Amino acid sequence: MGRLKPLMVRQPRIFWRKNYIFIVAFALLLALPFIFTAHFQHHVMIKVLMFAFLGCAWNIIGGYTGQVALGHAAFFGIGAYTSSLCYIWFGLNPWFGMFLGGILAIAVSAVINYPCFRLHGRYFAIATLALGMIIRLLFTNWRLVGGALGVRLPLLPESLWNFQFHTTKLPYYYIMLVFCALIFAILYKIERSKLGFYLRAIKESEEAARSLGIDVAKYKLAAMSISVFFTAMAGTLYAQYVLYIDPISLMPLMTSILICVVPVLGGAGTLWGPALGAPILLIAIEYSRAWLGGGGRGIDYMIVGAIMVAVIFRPGGLTSFFQGPRFRQWWGRIRG
Amino acid sequence: MSELYIQVVIEGLLWGAIYALVAVGLSLIWGVMGILNLAHGDFLMLGMFGAYWLAILTGIDPLIGLLIVTPAMFILGLGIYKSLITRIVKAPRLTALLATFGLGIFLRNLAHFLWRADYRMLGDTLVGDRVITVSILGGTNFISVPKLLAAGGSLAATALLYWFIKHTKTGRALQATAMNRQAAALMGIDTERMYMLAYGLGIACVGVAGTLLTNFFIIFPEVGIMFVLFALVAVTIGGFGSIHGALIGGLIIGLIESVGGFVGIPALKQALVFAVFVIVVVLRPRGLFGWAD
Repeated sequence: MGRLKPLMVRQPRIFWRKNYIFIVAFALLLALPFIFTAHFQHHVMIKVLMFAFLGCAWNIIGGYTGQVALGHAAFFGIGAYTSSLCYIWFGLNPWFGMFLGGILAIAVSAVINYPCFRLHGRYFAIATLALGMIIRLLFTNWRLVGGALGVRLPLLPESLWNFQFHTTKLPYYYIMLVFCALIFAILYKIERSKLGFYLRAIKESEEAARSLGIDVAKYKLAAMSISVFFTAMAGTLYAQYVLYIDPISLMPLMTSILICVVPVLGGAGTLWGPALGAPILLIAIEYSRAWLGGGGRGIDYMIVGAIMVAVIFRPGGLTSFFQGPRFRQWWGRIRG
Repeated sequence: MSELYIQVVIEGLLWGAIYALVAVGLSLIWGVMGILNLAHGDFLMLGMFGAYWLAILTGIDPLIGLLIVTPAMFILGLGIYKSLITRIVKAPRLTALLATFGLGIFLRNLAHFLWRADYRMLGDTLVGDRVITVSILGGTNFISVPKLLAAGGSLAATALLYWFIKHTKTGRALQATAMNRQAAALMGIDTERMYMLAYGLGIACVGVAGTLLTNFFIIFPEVGIMFVLFALVAVTIGGFGSIHGALIGGLIIGLIESVGGFVGIPALKQALVFAVFVIVVVLRPRGLFGWAD
């Protein structure tokens, strides 16, 4: 026992040294709403976290597995609709409706995306794009779920259980933050698990992965299921945040694109990619919209378009700047 | 009753011909340089706005404007190729896909910025809104002249392009580049120039389609997205890289949209087109006339 003790004492320090970057980032994010206190700033922060979350979810299928899905807004919408309608129709609490939405999204994606897994690269991208459009059109014309008018969630007294807060946006921020931390931890685990290696093998070469005995369709389905589950969860979070959902604002093509561009800008298939891409993209979008005036003038999406084009100059995204030998050298010197 | 069905089919074929011209450009670009030009619909929008402003500011009717807009779009295509697409061609495939999409988003929102999101329409054009009456199988049917003109012009432009590719020396060089870039370069073809030409021609196609559309269709920044998606479906049905495939695909799409909208729920006719697309892409990814990818 005596020999083991020093090891146990040093344990926290090892944990600290291994994970200090996560801990510092998390602490900073906890304090952030008290540094920037305006309502609009809180709104932007919530949006950033939401898209970081969505980007992480997309990353599982689009980044690690390399299957560029361009229809994720549909699952975002399915999540929002499921939890909201379950509350309105059956009085089911949105915290449970969230999981129901996730499961429904998995079911829908299994049915419609499974045939698409045979398709290569761009065919898959376009097929998912088309499927996303179909789902949006269906929701727009589906009377039972409110059609194009959408669904208004009834106002309830604010509480964590009701998942509604009216006086301040802070609880939403912290809930989003917890979810982000959760998905970050899950991705961290996946990256280092067998599943993560399988997915990256599929990305590198489907044929090679198959020849090594990986059931490609099965693991693509697994990746897609995890991805849409979390995307649908984010849908519920969004619905509870704005308390009004309609197909036009919930599932436009641009949402699908944004979900994909966030990780691609940061670095598709990297843990930090969405965390880097989301603040840059969302702050640029929200502030250009606020400062340069809305009125459909489109500067916000011009920025998105320009960024999507700019990625050809750096296909690895922003994280690739931190992976070069020169950066490592510099970083090593700083750490001593 | 049969009158109504014939009318629906006529409508479908007219629209189909227009979709076909958009699709032909897309297919040409894909065939020669292997990139999916998702900005295609937004170039169509630029063409429409070009014809629109030409008519508003200088009073040149779209029919004559065709002779100005088409070369202008061709040159714009060359310029875009030189500045951007040449890099996109070399980028990894999926980055390229997102980049052309991004280019489209940029152009679309630039149009928002410059011209606002309002729906616009040209009032009095040379063709106006004349309608001719024909009788098919004893019934009376109506054909809108501007639509007929657009469809006819599209078919003519497609035929011209087809002739150019099949029967001129430059066209053969384009075909050779499409088949194998290295081999074509070894035969002394300047493949970079062929890429540029293909892109310019593809954009010129939507210039023609856009100008002809301004005679009867509303003009707004988001107009392109539906066209490019339909063109994609048409190209997929016809087979990527095939000109006549794109033409037939376009006609099929027009018919599906029109007949499907008439028989089924009109609001879901676009969903029907996408559903057909998903079915085709799953069952026969190379389409009717395409090569295996």
